[in-house]
Amino acid sequence: MSSHYEAPIRKPLIIGDKNYHDVTVDVARPVEGRANKQWWIAFAISLTAFLWGVASVAYTVGHGIGTWGSNKTVGWAWDITNFVWWVGIGHAGTLISAVLLLFRQKWRMAINRSAEAMTIFSVVQAAMFPVFHMGRPWLAFYVMPIPNQYGSLWVNFNSPLLWDVFAISTYLSVSLVFWWTGLLPDFAMLRDRAITPFTKRVYSILSFGWSGRAKDWQRFEEVSLVLAGLATPLVLSVHTIVSFDFATSVIPGWHTTILPPYFVAGAIFSGFAMVNTLLIIMRKVSNLEAYITIQHIELMNIVIMITGSIVGVAYITELFVAWYSGVEYEQYAFLNRATGPYWWSYWLMMTCNVISPQVMWFKKIRTSITVSFVISLVVNVGMWFERFVIIVTSLHRDYLPSSWTMFQPTWVDAGFYIGTIGFFFVLFLLYSRSFPVIAQAEVKSIMKTSSETYKKLHAAHAHDDHSHSEHNHH
Amino acid sequence: MYTFSSKLKTFAFVLMVLGALGVGYSFFTAPKTLDDAKAIIEAEHAHGHGAEAHGDAHHDDAHHAEAAHDAHAEHAETVVVEKTEAEVAATAHDSVGAAEIKAETDTVHATATAEAGHEGHDHDAHAEAAHAGHDAHAGHEAHAAHDADHHAEHVFHQLQNKPWAAVYVAALFFFLISLGVLAFYAIQNAAQAGWSPVLFRVMEGITGYLVWGAAIVLALLVAGVLQIHHIFIWMDPEVVAHDHLIQGKTGFLNGPFFLIRAVVFMGGWIFYRYYSRKLSLAQDEATDNLSYKKAFKAAAAFLVFFIVTESISSWDWIMSVDPHWYSTLFGWYVFASFFVSGITTIALITLYLKSRGYLEYVNTSHIHDLAKFMFGISVFWTYLWFSQFMLMWYADIPEEVTYFKMRIENYNLPFFGMVALNFVFPVLILINTDFKRLSWIVTLAGIIILTGHYIDFYNMIMPATVGDQWFIGAGEIGAVLFFLGLFIFVVFTTLTKQPLLAKRNPLIEESKHFHY
Repeated sequence: MSSHYEAPIRKPLIIGDKNYHDVTVDVARPVEGRANKQWWIAFAISLTAFLWGVASVAYTVGHGIGTWGSNKTVGWAWDITNFVWWVGIGHAGTLISAVLLLFRQKWRMAINRSAEAMTIFSVVQAAMFPVFHMGRPWLAFYVMPIPNQYGSLWVNFNSPLLWDVFAISTYLSVSLVFWWTGLLPDFAMLRDRAITPFTKRVYSILSFGWSGRAKDWQRFEEVSLVLAGLATPLVLSVHTIVSFDFATSVIPGWHTTILPPYFVAGAIFSGFAMVNTLLIIMRKVSNLEAYITIQHIELMNIVIMITGSIVGVAYITELFVAWYSGVEYEQYAFLNRATGPYWWSYWLMMTCNVISPQVMWFKKIRTSITVSFVISLVVNVGMWFERFVIIVTSLHRDYLPSSWTMFQPTWVDAGFYIGTIGFFFVLFLLYSRSFPVIAQAEVKSIMKTSSETYKKLHAAHAHDDHSHSEHNHH
Repeated sequence: MYTFSSKLKTFAFVLMVLGALGVGYSFFTAPKTLDDAKAIIEAEHAHGHGAEAHGDAHHDDAHHAEAAHDAHAEHAETVVVEKTEAEVAATAHDSVGAAEIKAETDTVHATATAEAGHEGHDHDAHAEAAHAGHDAHAGHEAHAAHDADHHAEHVFHQLQNKPWAAVYVAALFFFLISLGVLAFYAIQNAAQAGWSPVLFRVMEGITGYLVWGAAIVLALLVAGVLQIHHIFIWMDPEVVAHDHLIQGKTGFLNGPFFLIRAVVFMGGWIFYRYYSRKLSLAQDEATDNLSYKKAFKAAAAFLVFFIVTESISSWDWIMSVDPHWYSTLFGWYVFASFFVSGITTIALITLYLKSRGYLEYVNTSHIHDLAKFMFGISVFWTYLWFSQFMLMWYADIPEEVTYFKMRIENYNLPFFGMVALNFVFPVLILINTDFKRLSWIVTLAGIIILTGHYIDFYNMIMPATVGDQWFIGAGEIGAVLFFLGLFIFVVFTTLTKQPLLAKRNPLIEESKHFHY
């Protein structure tokens, strides 16, 4: 892989006086210890929210989709807003594990495991909306091209909603495989440390008999690289396909060619914000500050700042081209966003997505944990509203003024959404107590180049002999 | 220090001279009057050579007849489109809003009345929408005769545009390559990349062309505003006077503002290039990292400026040749095209310099990384190309799909051929790790990629300016040769000015020992 020499200007990624064993112990501690009261409280709240979501979904399926606030004009509202929002959040995980791997970003090693977990859990949430926003969800299997007794009645491959089925299911399965492959050495570590026969058995099964031979490692790395190479186009194409749901239509405000890359940028933006939210808490409660450092948070903030700026450029481009097009429907769609009945959601979106990431230009702000945490929440609110604005404001007023209407969500809409948030946290909380939340094997691989201990050693050594070229061959 | 080999210098001069001859020849043979154009059309019909141009000419006649029948629905929308393709224009009315159609048909009727009885006047080709309306009123007998004139006028203007458009495409292409390299350089600086500092001087050498490229492109833009050529039809007051849609855009598309924007954008890019080069050289002699830190900040600031100005400049310089058409993705699509070309150019020049024994610390790992970027950004370009194309194809909204319909019907081979050159070949060639380390493979892929992206720019400019009168002849090849010669001359001259290895960059040691 990359060279062992690291420039002195690079700051350490593992701080404190840590050796290999310390990494193992620190990563294993939350799994091997017992849950405290706060964990149980958080878990109880999440579970309650989840159960409320289950009730809302049951009510929807039982009584029909009319229990939602959607109407004949606004056929998609919170359901698809939440779907796109969750898929978007899921993108940062793959981005961190795949794209940052391709770009050899060593800082990803402390955060990739949790980011991938976040991907998988949020894609699970997302996947529920396409099923339960159907009028007849029990016929959902019809979207699959399965030979059948209707003279082999087939699906139409021209619909982006069908592409969604393939995109999301492929995305979930590839992410899961990618995540699990990376977990093998870490589960093996937990297996080897297990004291009770039960945990021994569980982690033996989970680790697939990983023994860490040279050949295994060589193949492991190759597989990771290939999967990263596949996951990168996948991550781009999944959110692109989600954007096609809108962009292929002829609705003013939806039909615009910038949507594919702009949705992807928005996904990275909101996904990194979610990773930041989760990791800022996790580093504290699981005592992982030595691995998830301020530098990690700062770098994630920089990614948020960059993708936020890209999203900002896309907003301005859409506005400009709406004017430039000379198409009055297009122009009205944007006028309606800015000054129509949902003006507040548009301006909330603009404030949260365009202005808030710009504060990250100040080093003081992007290295402040409190501010980063607040901004990370603000961004996710903003990105929810971005999807809401795109979907609802384009639908509620389009070509025929006689079809103009408003949208008002019901408690069932809200219940389903809150339920998915609850479910997400149920999964994430369980994960954080049973999985190694930091890829210890990977973190150990950068120990000698990027840990504070070794950096000091290198510096001391370089002081002894002034030859630079010698220095590089440690 | 690098010394410009006299062979390469001679080669660059030969290219420039040959190129200038080709360009001169194409200007010389372009029709000067309408009668010249008619003679050319006659000749084409008689000899039946140039199968495509010939066939299309017939096609075009047929479409004209069709268009005339539909003339009630015709409106100003057709001005540009009809220049290149009448049939599409006939369908275009479906898409425009009801109010607009009403307004526009009113305009057409008004102009048509005004124009009635002005037969024999030397109509400007751009007033065609009015003709269409006029034809409908005048009846079909007059139409046939009139249509031939009409067609000749199209062809006349397209043929007059041809040498200019050829020069413009090549000038823009080489200028944007150096801009793409500048963007890559800024990204490498801002990202604190550890592998690329040994290539910084090569990149700085390539961006040496920026100021020359900018000057030439700017001169061509000024010439457009001064009506010396007609690449941008919205610069013609005659056209604007008859074109409802362009009138709505004059707040943005007007000569002075257009030139001010061009000067500001080019000025900003050139300033960053000058400033970062200065800092890069200062860092060599410094005892601290102050210049390096300044360069880091400058790179970040430039990238912000760049993302905004790059989008707007591609609307200005490329999208506005089709002033009725618009696409929000366009700016990023253009970026991907010249960004990959820029990276490819870095790889090719690095390989050349390495083969001459100049880049001591560059190894196959550096080439491998460049090749990965060539591969990755080629795929990214395809992603954007496909997104833009597929979304318009899928929704099939007449006013925007004309853009692709025109290209598929009249530029079929270049349009789909470039997808093979820019996507299929690079992906197949560069997916193999071992291949990415072989000079000849990277060179081969590089030549394919550069050819493909030249054709990409060709496809963006030509259909709007020369329509179905395109062919790659002396003018096009000459312009490419001329700018290639100039590019080589300027870039390699810049490379001789400073040592090829940045000395005190804090990441240079990482880069020297980079191994992947």
